[in-house]
Amino acid sequence: MGIFSKFFGALKKTKEIISKKISQIFVGELDDEFYEELEFVLVSSDISIEASSEIVENVKKLAKKEKIKTEEDFKKLLRKAMISILDIENRPTEYPLLYTIVGVNGVGKTTAIGKLAHYFKQNKKNVLLVAGDTFRAAASEQLTEWSKRAKVRIVKYNEGVDPGAVVFDGINSAIAKKDDVVLIDTAGRLHNKVGLMEELKKIAKIVAKEWNGNSENLLVIDATTGQNALTQVEMFNEILPLSGIILTKLDGSSKGGVVFAIAKKYGIPIKYVGVGEGLEDLEPFNAEDFVQNII
Amino acid sequence: MALFGSLGEKLNHVFSKITKRGTLTELEIKNALREIKLVLLEADVNYMVVKDFIKSVEQKATGERVMKSLTPGQQIIKIVNEELTTLMGSTNSKLIVSSKPPTIIMMCGLQGAGKTTMCGKLAKMLKKQGKKPLLVACDIYRPAAISQLKTVGKSVDTDVYEEGNNKPQKIASNAIKYAEKKGYDTVIIDTAGRLQINEELMNELIDIKKIVNPTEILLTVDSMIGQESVNVANTFNEKLDITGVILTKLDGDTRGGAALSIRAVTGKPIKFCGVGEKMDDIEPFYPDRMASRILDMGDVLSLIEKAQENITEEEAKKLEKKLKENSFTLDDYLIQFEQLKKMGNISDILAMIPGSNKLKLSANAIDEKQLAKNKSIILSMTPKERQDPDIIKGSQKRRIASGSGTSIQDVNILLKQFYQSKDLMKQFNGKRKGGFRLPF
Repeated sequence: MGIFSKFFGALKKTKEIISKKISQIFVGELDDEFYEELEFVLVSSDISIEASSEIVENVKKLAKKEKIKTEEDFKKLLRKAMISILDIENRPTEYPLLYTIVGVNGVGKTTAIGKLAHYFKQNKKNVLLVAGDTFRAAASEQLTEWSKRAKVRIVKYNEGVDPGAVVFDGINSAIAKKDDVVLIDTAGRLHNKVGLMEELKKIAKIVAKEWNGNSENLLVIDATTGQNALTQVEMFNEILPLSGIILTKLDGSSKGGVVFAIAKKYGIPIKYVGVGEGLEDLEPFNAEDFVQNII
Repeated sequence: MALFGSLGEKLNHVFSKITKRGTLTELEIKNALREIKLVLLEADVNYMVVKDFIKSVEQKATGERVMKSLTPGQQIIKIVNEELTTLMGSTNSKLIVSSKPPTIIMMCGLQGAGKTTMCGKLAKMLKKQGKKPLLVACDIYRPAAISQLKTVGKSVDTDVYEEGNNKPQKIASNAIKYAEKKGYDTVIIDTAGRLQINEELMNELIDIKKIVNPTEILLTVDSMIGQESVNVANTFNEKLDITGVILTKLDGDTRGGAALSIRAVTGKPIKFCGVGEKMDDIEPFYPDRMASRILDMGDVLSLIEKAQENITEEEAKKLEKKLKENSFTLDDYLIQFEQLKKMGNISDILAMIPGSNKLKLSANAIDEKQLAKNKSIILSMTPKERQDPDIIKGSQKRRIASGSGTSIQDVNILLKQFYQSKDLMKQFNGKRKGGFRLPF
């Protein structure tokens, strides 16, 4: 539960806002106007119109059926409807495990990898970081710093080197040393840049060829991102099939509501969530806790 | 810039439904407005801003004037356009230059918004204008932030002032003294990314502001931000009284609702936008042009400016001559591809052409890959064939296709495009006299 108590602090503000808004519009009478306002409240949390409508429709039916009268009961119902959207089965974590971490610029990929390294290390796993971002200035230095903090190994080269070469050497080094977890950092790229997306394909090919263990592709999404996150999922998913989302920077007053849209539209589960800048600030995702803490 | 493209496309779809009608009932107007509302929300425009926007359009749209006009649909589009332009502001705001140097620019924003990269872009832009900027590393928290700024500084040939992990307030103050002594005329202060609700770090910014008294305080915002944009912009503005906003990562296909929202709630101008990964990829923000881009009226001015920046007069004259003599060859066509590439992302350029949304000229239709393919096809031709493509027949096509790793069909398509371009340019040439000609 560690992090969710932290979340509770981080998301308290958010929770208050949404909760308050619902209280404001909840006057006992659950009419069309109320539901329209409710949809607005959800949309204002970056939950897409599509996902919001579905939540509202479901709640509407249930509320009628169960003859909901009180605000508390209504919120319970709403939570249930929201959880059911997010409740997608995650792939089991089997070792040896390789994560290729992708995402647009500035979402916090490198930081998330640092925290993941620490998380696996705490679970007594041998972890190797692979500095596949050879594009951004000082990216590998940043990852090196995290490797020191988490006390794990790192494979890196100079800036400008072909990331494919780094990945190739990283994987083979992990195999030789029998590491349990390999975390590959990649350069941030806007999803509409053909050249950089081609580079990802190449990395995926090398992983497929060199790595025999469990392999997943995780997309990092900044919790402040709006509906553009959907385009990000779509474009990255086209290049390498995503098995999960890492939601970062949940410590703002932003709600990360866009994950509802992602779950609804693409059925891709959230795997990890991150708050804060500390090593400990990342944990596996739990839909119930997540929703509990925003409403 | 494809950024507002999809928003424009969707609005056009809504508009196309109402423009076909001779008369509109109040209900029809209401439905159209509801759709506009959804389009704006989907584009991440803040819901409060949307509410206000729709309300003011509604007031104007349901009046007598619209109902009785012959083309009510057109009237509504006009109103939406006017309201959007009002919302975005109408003129470009330039960087303020201090009368007593150095001009001090303080950058601030959330983590990952792209501040450090933007610092480099600003420095490069200023250098091009003949200024002597100094970059100051005040992000002491993020691992390797200082070395990132140093690398960026090196790539734009600009000095970086740093004091390692000293207090940012101290670094900033010492940097200004250093700049005064060494004759730097502009100081760009890179600060750590922070959440607007982190009081301690916000206070640090307030301190820096007090100490260095910046000429500009620019809030850097990731254009992919969602509903949170308003809280972020509001808090930074309340605490620091920012002088302007820089939107980054506008080269993604974000629908840019943040631009609308931030402008609406803070009233502060968006001064620049980042449009790519290279250090040259910074543009002044023209709100009026952006508003018409949203409504797909194109951005011909930006397009021409872009072309002028990247194509020398000599090249343009040469092309003009060729057109006049009707001696435009595949070699020239190849040069054009190169010029196009220099101008940046093809889809960005296409978005500036009026009506391109309607033509469905999407990034996929003419993407960089296609360009590379075309290039290799032309390069697989003999010099003689490039000069006189009429001599390319079946067997030559087969050879060219296998030489370039493409198919005969690809070669045919390219040739067809070439002839079409040639015709198109002839038309352009005939219509316009003097001045710069669009190279395609």
